[in-house]
Amino acid sequence: MIGAAIDRLDGRQKVTGRATYSAEWPIERLSYGVIVQSAIAKGTIAAMDVSAAEQAPGVLAVITAGNAPKLPQGGQAGVNPPAGRALTLLQDTRVRYNGEPIAVVIAESFEQATHAASLLRVNYHEEQPAVDIMQALPTAEPYTKKILGQFEPFSRRGDVDAGLRDAAVVVEATYTTPLETHNAMEPHSTIAVWERDQLTLYDATQYVYGVKRFVAKTLGLRDDQVRVVSKFTGGAFGSKGSAWSHVVLAAMAARHVGRPVKIVLSRRQMFGPVGGRPYTVQRLRVGARHDGTLTAIDQDVVSSTSTFEDWVESSTLQTRMLYAAPNVATAQRLVRLNLGTPTFNRGPGESSGTFGLESAIDELAWRLGVDPIELRLRNYASVDPETGLPWSSKSLRECYERGAERFEWSRRTPAPRSMRDGDHLIGLGMATATYPAKRMPASAAATLTADGAILVEAATHEFGTGTYTVMTQIAADALGVPIDRVRFELGDSNLPDNPISAGSMTVSSTGPAVHAAAVALRERIRQAGADPSDVESCRRIIAAAAGAPLSATAAAAPGAEKARYSMHAFGAVFAEVRVDPELGELRVARVVGAYAAGRILNPKTARSQMIGGIIYGLSMALFEHTAIDPRNGRYLNADLSEYLVPVNADVGDIDVLLLDETDEHVNPLGVKGLGEIGTTGVAAAVANAVYHASGVRVRDLPITIDQLLAGSDR
Amino acid sequence: MTHMRSTSSVLVDVELLVNGRRLPLALDPRVTLLDALREHLGLTGTKKGCDHGQCGACTVHLDGRRILSCLTLAASASGREITTIEGLADGDRLHPMQQAFIDHDGFQCGYCTSGQIMSAVALLDEPCGPGEADVRECMSGNICRCGAYPGIVAAVQAVRQGRG
Amino acid sequence: MQPFAFITVTGEQAARQAAAYPDARYLAGGTTLIDLMKLNVERPSTVVDINAVPLAAISELPDGTVRVGAMVRNSDMAHHPLVRDRYPLISQAILAGASGQIRNMATTAGNLLQRTRCYYFRDTTMRCNKREPGTGCAAIDGYNRIHAVLGTSEHCIATHPSDLCVALAAVDATVRVVGSKGARAVPFGEFHVLPDERPERETALEPGELIVAVDLPPLPFARRSVYVKVRDRASYAFALASAAVALDLSGGVIRQARVALGGIATRPWRAHEAELLLEGREASVEMYRQAADAALAAAIPRRHNAFKIELARRTLVRALSRAEALS
Repeated sequence: MIGAAIDRLDGRQKVTGRATYSAEWPIERLSYGVIVQSAIAKGTIAAMDVSAAEQAPGVLAVITAGNAPKLPQGGQAGVNPPAGRALTLLQDTRVRYNGEPIAVVIAESFEQATHAASLLRVNYHEEQPAVDIMQALPTAEPYTKKILGQFEPFSRRGDVDAGLRDAAVVVEATYTTPLETHNAMEPHSTIAVWERDQLTLYDATQYVYGVKRFVAKTLGLRDDQVRVVSKFTGGAFGSKGSAWSHVVLAAMAARHVGRPVKIVLSRRQMFGPVGGRPYTVQRLRVGARHDGTLTAIDQDVVSSTSTFEDWVESSTLQTRMLYAAPNVATAQRLVRLNLGTPTFNRGPGESSGTFGLESAIDELAWRLGVDPIELRLRNYASVDPETGLPWSSKSLRECYERGAERFEWSRRTPAPRSMRDGDHLIGLGMATATYPAKRMPASAAATLTADGAILVEAATHEFGTGTYTVMTQIAADALGVPIDRVRFELGDSNLPDNPISAGSMTVSSTGPAVHAAAVALRERIRQAGADPSDVESCRRIIAAAAGAPLSATAAAAPGAEKARYSMHAFGAVFAEVRVDPELGELRVARVVGAYAAGRILNPKTARSQMIGGIIYGLSMALFEHTAIDPRNGRYLNADLSEYLVPVNADVGDIDVLLLDETDEHVNPLGVKGLGEIGTTGVAAAVANAVYHASGVRVRDLPITIDQLLAGSDR
Repeated sequence: MTHMRSTSSVLVDVELLVNGRRLPLALDPRVTLLDALREHLGLTGTKKGCDHGQCGACTVHLDGRRILSCLTLAASASGREITTIEGLADGDRLHPMQQAFIDHDGFQCGYCTSGQIMSAVALLDEPCGPGEADVRECMSGNICRCGAYPGIVAAVQAVRQGRG
Repeated sequence: MQPFAFITVTGEQAARQAAAYPDARYLAGGTTLIDLMKLNVERPSTVVDINAVPLAAISELPDGTVRVGAMVRNSDMAHHPLVRDRYPLISQAILAGASGQIRNMATTAGNLLQRTRCYYFRDTTMRCNKREPGTGCAAIDGYNRIHAVLGTSEHCIATHPSDLCVALAAVDATVRVVGSKGARAVPFGEFHVLPDERPERETALEPGELIVAVDLPPLPFARRSVYVKVRDRASYAFALASAAVALDLSGGVIRQARVALGGIATRPWRAHEAELLLEGREASVEMYRQAADAALAAAIPRRHNAFKIELARRTLVRALSRAEALS
């Protein structure tokens, strides 16, 4: 069962439109909430005229800082980053970014609420905001807390300055990545339903337990007063890992009007209030001897955050462990801007960080006249160079080799602008992909029911990753029963506690718990005298127990392996680009990604997830940037017409190789996670290919016609 | 001048013919076909992704052609034949395109999927060229953020080539 | 969306009567109007649904003119043999725009009335002379990568977004309208007006006038024509620069040329200067470059869109080269 390329078990629901997303629960007496946002980036609200809105047809209430209930600790009681974010809950009249929530209008219908929201008249005392990262760069301050509560914000091994002095060649360059907004297809949505003092939230989330605890704390409730349901989430990519303001505002609004309230963010409202990848400005210095041996890597990353919460894009982590350089220093600094607080965005840290590092390594290869793969192999780290720990497993060398073979890297002629197809310049580039293998404590329950079916439950999440499918596979495998005997339920905080589905760790965390619960149930069934694989015998023991179902629960948690091993997934990604030398048009014709990420539970869904990750990386490389008005911090291209993500025609051939890799240390299932690694390395591979094609080195994402035109010939 | 005349406070009588069913409604004229389906008829298979005609998640068939229900007023669609994702399968038997999307894993989170499938089914009757590149172009009005495009193209080609 | 009265009409006459209500708007495909109503950029008091008005035919007139009804959907126009065969640049322009779904909705007349994608126009919290006359143009000193370099004024630099209109400008189409003063024909070159001091006024239409058809005049050499569009992504994106070109070539000499540009101007941009330079000259890339320089000579760059000038030149050279290759 494990390792079988079975079809998605939720496929039928999804292709028939019967999968229920959070905004789609049929709720009696539902009303509609619409958030009103600030039109300035910094200042205070001097006056707000809500009379026209209040008098508009169908309006039930207008909630502002003037009449919102006062929450414990000014609405900040739940703040405990990264899970509990600093939100805007109408507790004061400060404005800290353009688009910050300043009111909620609730009405009988969506149309009435939307219209009434447009009738608010707001006067501001406007102050000069800081919204330009380059202008604000001198104000950058070192980040001093641990990254993700775990990693030092800076690193130093050896002596970088000495290493750079020893180098025959030094590449020194600055790479930038822009604000990137996730834009999952499903808008963030929450339905809040109060029954006396019990709150149920139907929420588009990656973390039902996190939302439950955060909302309870923020509203001053006990945990057991809040239930969060999320059966299907329409894409997340990190943006739904935290409960953002609208979630709590929905709960506040529903209590205020005494009716269930649904808040669905508009696409525009997904720019700013629900996070995004921050700007990064990455200064790299990389030195090597003539033979390609690295002598030093120095990476200084400034990333942006809001003025009210320090969130860091950990773009230095891969630089500490990827190459066996003796002298490595990294530092994370922050610039505070009047923009919404950033958050995790697919491959947070590594996706942006590998753009800087793997571009610089490519530049070094050119300067040295060494093949880019050869350069990487010469500096291959056989143990984690930062900690000295052995890898739990590492097959990066095989990824380079197999990927290069599949991609036909050998046909590449080294000189820039040396490969053509008709009028087009062809470029081949590559980069390394990597992401840590993480794991958190999780729990699960397994129950044999009267009809002989087995219900397995864990409060984890399905947003396209295939959780329903692989968890069913894991349980069926452990029980020794066919897939169709097992039903897996997730996305409800009444089910056993599970961590956030993020950081590529759902299978590694929840999987072992599901496995353990299924094994425990299997033993209980056997003890009761039945054979789990024999439905009739299973039915008999339930009947004998007067219909009482047989249950088992289990918890699973990481052990001491983390202290003994360095655990990461690795890969090599290759891109072939076509550049029209006159028009500057760039197309990525082909991508090959070779990955080693432990055991693959379902090659079909795994392959899709890797392809999706690569396309997310192509999107970073070619399209994504959130445009901010330089004067007032307005999110300008806040729609899917002007904030570009790839359409079908942008995607050429994508070929994914998933290498066999056995890892006996990382976790009981031997999996490393697939959600993020596909996105890492892609932007660098494309930029490196663009340089090979055109001779234009693009160090600022996205790679657009403007940049290629500037470096082209007429 | 004929037919419906309403003021802002007055609802308009609309008769939607959805998946072969005749559904009379009295609606605020501002209600889009998309919101009529989702919020008034409980047909939530049609998705709201952008509400501005920029993503394709709300694609339905109107008089047999694919259109965007978010930019169509329900009142404008009155009396015309509407097919949504819920109307494709014949009972438990999936439309070949639905089955092909499962077979070729043409989706992940599922949120764009209804729109993709409605587009793909309509494409079968459109002058779309035979190649993969043609399908990519013809399907470019449906954004998939999960990146399921290769599976989508494979699904469409399988159905077109009778391998559904 | 603000409340409005909704009226369905089945004839031209009724349509024009209904449109007499103050702030009335005709609703055809809805791809511009409904979008902008949701943004509160359009705030009609009355919406007159003209989808049932029988204006959806494409026919050939005795003089060879191809008459395209105002309500012909873009996809039908693109694939109609009379258009596809005689005016390839029109078919190509339509199919290079929007998406299959939108082309099934959008109409011929609606495309003429498509409105700019300027961020500042579409966001009611920002200043915009086009949306609210006299408030100023936030784009001129703002983020203006997608904005126009030709036909701009100190009051507006918003780009006209249509692809179809670029091709219609090239073929000298005629817009047929009816209004309270009767029917009239507006030459395409006079239909869209420059922003000058009144960017809120975009066309020559009088209040209540209804477009009933667009006439495509006989233009035999348009059989050899192309539309080239350059954009940030491969599909479903507005033009950064585009060129619609038809060449009448004989023995390597350009007898007549039709040149129009898109994505870079405040209205569909007919490049007469380029045509004058080309006509009577030997076809060559060097000649095309001179024509392109002439077409862009009056361009005014802003902070983020200077690249469009060079891009438009090269796009035009590409289009001319492709048209020549067809001949």
